[in-house]
Amino acid sequence: MTLLTVANLVKTFGSEQTETRVLRGLDLTLEKGQMAALLGPSGSGKSTLLTILGTLMQPTSGQHTMLGVDLTRASDADLTQFRNQHIGFVFQFHNLLPDFTALENVIFPTAIRDGRETAKARACGAELLIRMGLGERVHFPAANLSGGQKQRVAVARALMNAPELVLADEPTGNLDRASALQVMDLIGQINRDEGTTFLISTHDEKIASTCKRQIVVADGKVSG
Amino acid sequence: MLYAFKIASRYLTASKAQTALLVLGVAVGVFIFIFMSALIGGLAEFIMARTAGDISHVTLQAEPVDPVLLHSFTGTTLLVQEPSTQKDALRDATNFLSLITDLPQVKAVSPQIAGSGVLRRGTKVAQVSIIGLEPGQESAILDLAGYMVGGDVQLRSGVVLLGKQLAEDLGLTLGQSVQVQSANGIDAALSVTGIYQIGAGGLDRRSIYVSLSTARTLFAMPQGLTRIEVKLFDLYAADAVTAHITALTGLPAKSWTEDGAQLLEALSAQAQTGYFLKTFAMITIIIGVASSILLSTYRRRPEIGIMRAMGASRRFVVLVFVLQGALIGLLGGLCGAAVGYLALLPFPTRDAFRSGTLPIDITQGSYGLAIALTFIGAVAASILPARAAARVDPVTAIGQ
Repeated sequence: MTLLTVANLVKTFGSEQTETRVLRGLDLTLEKGQMAALLGPSGSGKSTLLTILGTLMQPTSGQHTMLGVDLTRASDADLTQFRNQHIGFVFQFHNLLPDFTALENVIFPTAIRDGRETAKARACGAELLIRMGLGERVHFPAANLSGGQKQRVAVARALMNAPELVLADEPTGNLDRASALQVMDLIGQINRDEGTTFLISTHDEKIASTCKRQIVVADGKVSG
Repeated sequence: MLYAFKIASRYLTASKAQTALLVLGVAVGVFIFIFMSALIGGLAEFIMARTAGDISHVTLQAEPVDPVLLHSFTGTTLLVQEPSTQKDALRDATNFLSLITDLPQVKAVSPQIAGSGVLRRGTKVAQVSIIGLEPGQESAILDLAGYMVGGDVQLRSGVVLLGKQLAEDLGLTLGQSVQVQSANGIDAALSVTGIYQIGAGGLDRRSIYVSLSTARTLFAMPQGLTRIEVKLFDLYAADAVTAHITALTGLPAKSWTEDGAQLLEALSAQAQTGYFLKTFAMITIIIGVASSILLSTYRRRPEIGIMRAMGASRRFVVLVFVLQGALIGLLGGLCGAAVGYLALLPFPTRDAFRSGTLPIDITQGSYGLAIALTFIGAVAASILPARAAARVDPVTAIGQ
């Protein structure tokens, strides 16, 4: 079952003289429950594609549809709401809120949605942290966690609103080998158990090999 | 709102020293605002008490009667009249006294018979203004009791109260007798039972106070009054009350503001100076809060990016930083008001204002206004930086 489709996606940056075309008519379809790796050299357009799929940026032209919703014509407010409910993010540098605890970071998307931190959200967040092996660190300030722990908190946060799609931009890029494999094991487990779709941008072929599908982006298009 | 409030308060508690410094800055501004309000208000109160506070706010005085033509002439008539020293009487004024006294704005009413005369002691003579007051109401208008430097303020038949300078000029002391002659040529021997010192040379040298009955004898006025002086609770209501009394009694009444326009102008200028100083204090607060919120939004740009990526709306981001400004304003306002109140406590109350002390009125600190204006100012100051923060591109911000 198709989760998202992008067709003839074009993204350019800069004005006429300094225009840089990053995506050049890219086509891609992701099925529900897929775990896909996004590969390609630096500057190939991987991060730009992830940003557009995450509704953080609009394409210059082309079609972007997810869950049957045409996102290319949606307003900023609609995209924000859609992002909150259907998309999770894991960044290379975890990007946690340093003044909040691990649990507060995890339940952030739900609190944004509900307008407050509910007991149900706290219980759900704590459960996710236990699942990530961070049961002892639930109330730890995010700033005091190790790199691997922070990234696992970030994964838990991405899963909090039970999104259909999780976009991960080099999620293991800043971790040692052991932590990287631990994070990837968790992602794989969630993909299998929950059926959550993952699109993971990576340079690491070993990490990519843990995904069932490899998508290679080259010169602004999906190759092969 | 609730969650935005939590984030805003967490941002403030995350950097306690910085927040404390910021709140202190706002509190200092509020303290200046309150101190200036109390000082300007107290100064105005002091000046008013020392000037308009000691005078009649509404005076009912008979209008001079036009000279009577003894013969009728044809053509143009040039009439010359010698200035009269005797006041025309308010003949039916006593009938209206209770009416005036019953007005809610009226604090005190003083029926008087006044005229000119001379005071003699041996070869020394002084021209004086003789004022007859109702016994028991000596301090109804001018606080004579407060100005007494010797003897008793109580008036009765056959006694006189003198200014200190006049007593010195004539070499009079308490208990001595002095000869008074009114402009009507009536003499009386009066005993000096009280000496006052107002501090105004004219009053201390040229006015004497006698009882109303003594004045009736001196000016041959068995009935009527020469004037009625009225003191009001709110002296700024004098014009309205004057009009009301005239309509009520038909007697000619005059407000103190007719002669006190310059004083009112000076007080108004003083009040405007206060407004300027308070405005500057408020501008300082606004600039302080705006710059701190701006700094906070720059420092937290990556976090704003994360919030937006996690689905926080632009409105939510604005709310977080506006609430941060509001909290700073509220805390600074409350702290500044509390410190301002405590700092003003040692100053004397408005009733105890004396020459040489700083007339600061603690009741005029405008505490509520200071807190409200600071809160509103802080919220207003936060809006622009908060809106700028909400427009941050999340992709760029996360990458920083």
